[in-house]
Amino acid sequence: MNTIEVTNLFKSYNGKIAVNDLTFSVNPGEILGLIGPNGAGKSSTIKMMLDFIKPDSGDIKIFGQVMNESLKNHIGYLPEERGLYKKLTALDLIIYLASLKGMDKRTAKIRAEELLSETGMLENKNKKNKDMSKGMGQIIQFIVTIIHNPKLIIMDEPFSDLDPVNTEIMQNIISRMRDEGKTIVLSTHQMNKVEEICDRVLMINKGQAVLYGNVEEIKEGFRKNSVQVVADAEVGNLPGVAEQKVNKNSVELILEPEVSPQTILDRIREKGISVKRFELTTPSLHEIFLTKAAKS
Amino acid sequence: MNKTYLIFKHEFFHTIKKPGWIIMTLIVPVLALLGIGVFALVKNLSEPPEKVIQAIGYVDETAMFNEKTDQGYTKFYRFNSKDEVLQAMGRGEIGEYFMIPEDYFSTGKIYRYTLGKELGTSSATYSAIKTFLSQNLLEGKVSKETEMLIVSPINLEVTRITESGGIADEQSSLGYLLVAGVFSLMLGFSLMFGATTLISGLGEEKESRLIEILFSSVSIRQLLVGKVLALGIAGLAQVLIWLISAPFILSLASSTFGGIMNNLQLPIDFLVLGVIFFILGYLLFAVLSIGVGAISSNAREGGQLSTIYTMASFIPLWFSSLLIAFPNGAAWTVLSLIPITAPVQIMIRMGVSDIPLWQIITSIILLIISIIAGLYFSIRIFRFNMLKHGEKPGLKAIISGIKNS
Repeated sequence: MNTIEVTNLFKSYNGKIAVNDLTFSVNPGEILGLIGPNGAGKSSTIKMMLDFIKPDSGDIKIFGQVMNESLKNHIGYLPEERGLYKKLTALDLIIYLASLKGMDKRTAKIRAEELLSETGMLENKNKKNKDMSKGMGQIIQFIVTIIHNPKLIIMDEPFSDLDPVNTEIMQNIISRMRDEGKTIVLSTHQMNKVEEICDRVLMINKGQAVLYGNVEEIKEGFRKNSVQVVADAEVGNLPGVAEQKVNKNSVELILEPEVSPQTILDRIREKGISVKRFELTTPSLHEIFLTKAAKS
Repeated sequence: MNKTYLIFKHEFFHTIKKPGWIIMTLIVPVLALLGIGVFALVKNLSEPPEKVIQAIGYVDETAMFNEKTDQGYTKFYRFNSKDEVLQAMGRGEIGEYFMIPEDYFSTGKIYRYTLGKELGTSSATYSAIKTFLSQNLLEGKVSKETEMLIVSPINLEVTRITESGGIADEQSSLGYLLVAGVFSLMLGFSLMFGATTLISGLGEEKESRLIEILFSSVSIRQLLVGKVLALGIAGLAQVLIWLISAPFILSLASSTFGGIMNNLQLPIDFLVLGVIFFILGYLLFAVLSIGVGAISSNAREGGQLSTIYTMASFIPLWFSSLLIAFPNGAAWTVLSLIPITAPVQIMIRMGVSDIPLWQIITSIILLIISIIAGLYFSIRIFRFNMLKHGEKPGLKAIISGIKNS
């Protein structure tokens, strides 16, 4: 059974379409990257999944059911903006919000301290939230999201305001949760993070799905018949190369149709040129995102 | 553990830890004690060590007022002419004088002249002059006992009785009016504080998006009912602290002020109804504040909107002087039944007159209905507008939201 099943979802605000016939699913033990330009409909989709707003039409099933109160204890949600009670300490806030997820106070305290320790925040547990930096607040909110061991975690820009060290820590925790069989939906503009940790990606633009599937398969589908070459000399004209593009540290050889990269490599070596790097050109998700967004 | 209870517990302790709540709760007993202390101090400092004899001169053109010039702490000195009395004033022997003109018996007019600046003739001086004139007019015409009765015909003693003819517990109504007035004033301020506390809390949660985290854990009903109950119980705690300190303060006031505060004891019905209307008032204002918090784009705007009903709760106090003068007017009945004004109005009326039981019961029922209905609509409005931070819905949008949420 899929954790999330969204079918033909539609939502508009004052006549303006925000989500247009969206269909997707998310499986247990998977991280789905939800990407799209600003105003694409990502937040509206998330809010409808969480039953913050009602769709105009379409179905959303969470754990095979229509969203209801009994499911909330199994869901963790990290909103894009910082939401903390300023005058509470980090530990008190975590314990309180964990109790609202059905955890008893004692267990919540133990688990909170474990997570604070793992994220390097234990020494700040008695600090008031108003005295915390944005990054620290983000970590506290992340802990609040996962402390109750939810089966489904939805995160909106989880890595914002984090330094590289904390980003790495959070990434490792997210990957570990995926390996434990949890379902994770991660909405972000950081394409490199989507490539690094997401299994599948759903790109929304103007409320519609424009990309949906396995990250590697999508990148494979956008692969150009070209190679990136770093050599100790200019490769010069080569039969089978339609065009050469000189980049900062390499040269891209765009191959003619039916010409394989192996053939080009052999021809370069026949010229006596020493090749330091030779790889198939695969666009980044960022490049794919820009291409699709521009086309849409 | 029940999530409504968790929300309630968090909000309750959050409220009673606020400096504003602590100040509001302690301010009544502390100010009362302070007032009593200051009054006692000022009284001691003001009272002269010996009573001063007031000297008043007079010129009598009728030649009929020669006796009874010694009126206790006021002595009258007769002068033959205006020049003589003015010379005496110049020497500082007297500070004022009055003239009994030739035509006094046809006009009744007495002319008083004083060096001091005053708003009007003091009651002591007026009384002394009146007694002087009366006694001189009656001198030799009636017996001394009759003369005293004519000068001071009434020594009124009032006793409040019950319908069965027994003596009522509550005897001094002016003292109760004072207590009722102070209590209703504090109720009004407390309601205002409660409303702004709730609105600012909701505003903070909306602005910080904390509301999304809360809503991903609890339902809107659980969240808002928890908040309303927390505010209601915080209000109950506040009024209980006031009531616990009341007997001590009243006893102290009785021994310090005396007079209308003498032996003042709060009757049971005042205490019971005070608590009931305080709680219901708190709950009603909490529910209204949720609705206002839901449609406001931020906490400051919500606070401004809330002044509409918080100031309305003070309407009975604005007209309290009319209530005292005309305690049985129809307007007071109306104000006692309108839920927003009922808590304060009932409190003041209890200090002035008896309130028919049907009005009290009807007022309570209307308050309860308002609270339930208000909570229902506020929850629906809140759900509709929960996530729209920074936007203010128009009336059509609100009505549509209530129908569809």
